[in-house]
Amino acid sequence: MTEVLNVQDVTVRFGGVVAVADVSLIIRDGEMVGFIGPNGAGKTTLMRVITGIVQPQEGRVLLNGRDLAGLTVNARVRAGLALAQQIVQPLRALSLLDNVALACGRVKTNHVLAAMVRTDRSRERRRAMDLLGLVGLADAAHELPATLPLGFLKRMEVARAMALEPELLLLDEPLAGLNHAEAAALANLIADLNRQGQTILLIEHNIREVTRICKTLYVQDNGRPLAYGDTASVMANPEVRRAYLGANA
Amino acid sequence: MAYEITLLTTMAISVLFALSLNFISGFCGQISLGHAAFIGAGAYASALLAKSSVPFLLTLPAAALTAGVIGLVIGLTSLRVRHDFLAITTMGVGFLFVGIVRQQDFLGGEIGISGIPSSGLSRVGFMAFCIGLALAFAAFSLFIRRSWMGFVFDSIADNEDVTRILGIDASRYKLIAFVIGTAVAGIAGALYAHHFRFVGPDSFGFVESVSILAMVIVGGIGSVWGVAFSAAVLSVLPLLVQFVDDYKLLVYSGLLFAVMRFAPDGLAGMIRRLRNRVRKAPP
Repeated sequence: MTEVLNVQDVTVRFGGVVAVADVSLIIRDGEMVGFIGPNGAGKTTLMRVITGIVQPQEGRVLLNGRDLAGLTVNARVRAGLALAQQIVQPLRALSLLDNVALACGRVKTNHVLAAMVRTDRSRERRRAMDLLGLVGLADAAHELPATLPLGFLKRMEVARAMALEPELLLLDEPLAGLNHAEAAALANLIADLNRQGQTILLIEHNIREVTRICKTLYVQDNGRPLAYGDTASVMANPEVRRAYLGANA
Repeated sequence: MAYEITLLTTMAISVLFALSLNFISGFCGQISLGHAAFIGAGAYASALLAKSSVPFLLTLPAAALTAGVIGLVIGLTSLRVRHDFLAITTMGVGFLFVGIVRQQDFLGGEIGISGIPSSGLSRVGFMAFCIGLALAFAAFSLFIRRSWMGFVFDSIADNEDVTRILGIDASRYKLIAFVIGTAVAGIAGALYAHHFRFVGPDSFGFVESVSILAMVIVGGIGSVWGVAFSAAVLSVLPLLVQFVDDYKLLVYSGLLFAVMRFAPDGLAGMIRRLRNRVRKAPP
């Protein structure tokens, strides 16, 4: 399998604090890797390095072999990344359908002049409706985000990220804030997307769901890599158990 | 009749000017407190060219280019700042413009430039030309609203960071909105110069920037028809009511405050809500 994401020896310091220390991570085509770690482990910082919000002091990030250094967030998305964020950020003035349709129109929004002369949104809206159907939101497609519960908005963010047809889907704690039933349903949906061939990096706190749907886990603690491998062996690792359950685990 | 023609011409120029700010602030969410600098740049460019015997129609693209290039430079530098910081940056540009103009002899300094030649059109013809340009830009604005560019503008106005994670170069879109808006303000400036046949630094100061922002917000920021209506009414109010003329900044600031406090989406929003209420009312 080809490498989709290759994080090589990344270190991030904020002043004197080392947030991420010498981290390397490879995700291959079609894989879904669960990225876990206690609070303050540096998960979100590494995610921000991948998306280009934070620049590492050392190391580099490759997407399909291409070094992403110097690329802006939007350029990285154009290169094949898509992100669903921990705190949902719908475009509040737009319906769910238009939130997703805008992402579907990336060919039309790539050039300003082309965007100026093109008005037809019907194809993108059809595609957006298909994606909302895929995440179980077809009935709420015309609703505004303000009228909908968190679980719906989390699903919409997944659909919006999928609309970008990414090489790698980055999901930052998609299950946070959801109840058991909602979390299980969204986890099933993420597993379905992976079964259909979508490569996914899933950052998640919900250990029960992440161990249920991910075959591979990467664990980080205090900014340092702790364990990497198949889910069963990683969860049996005494250091991982200690990081999660305390010194006597 | 001559008075009515003057009123209608003033209205049309103000509508064009307000729609140019609406393109930047209403469509793309970039609040500018120094927009008068751009109508001023266009007015001075047009006045200087007209005094050098350049035909009126040729001064229009020159005015658009002058204001648009200044807009491009300021837009490039202000892309890094957002929201209230952008408002303060543009306010500074407004003060800078007036400060520079006052010191330049070739721009007439404090006295300004008078004796600007006629447009060559009759009074009615010039009025019709101004109304035509205002309507044309209103039509262009409505078209942009329906286009993918308008779709992206809505997204940027809503949340710039989300726009970026959808793979859209938000900076480029913000810049094009700023350049189009400032270039059109420059055209409004050329019309202003040929309408009043005089330009002076006091005509393009902070009061004018606040007045035009008040027109946009009272009309309903982002709404083409709301802003056009508001600009048409508020631009001639000082000419019809002496009190408004004497206390223009007080009246417009008060109006701005009242609308932002009680009806943030302006006249357009109030009409929209009223229409929805009538539709929902039982027969």
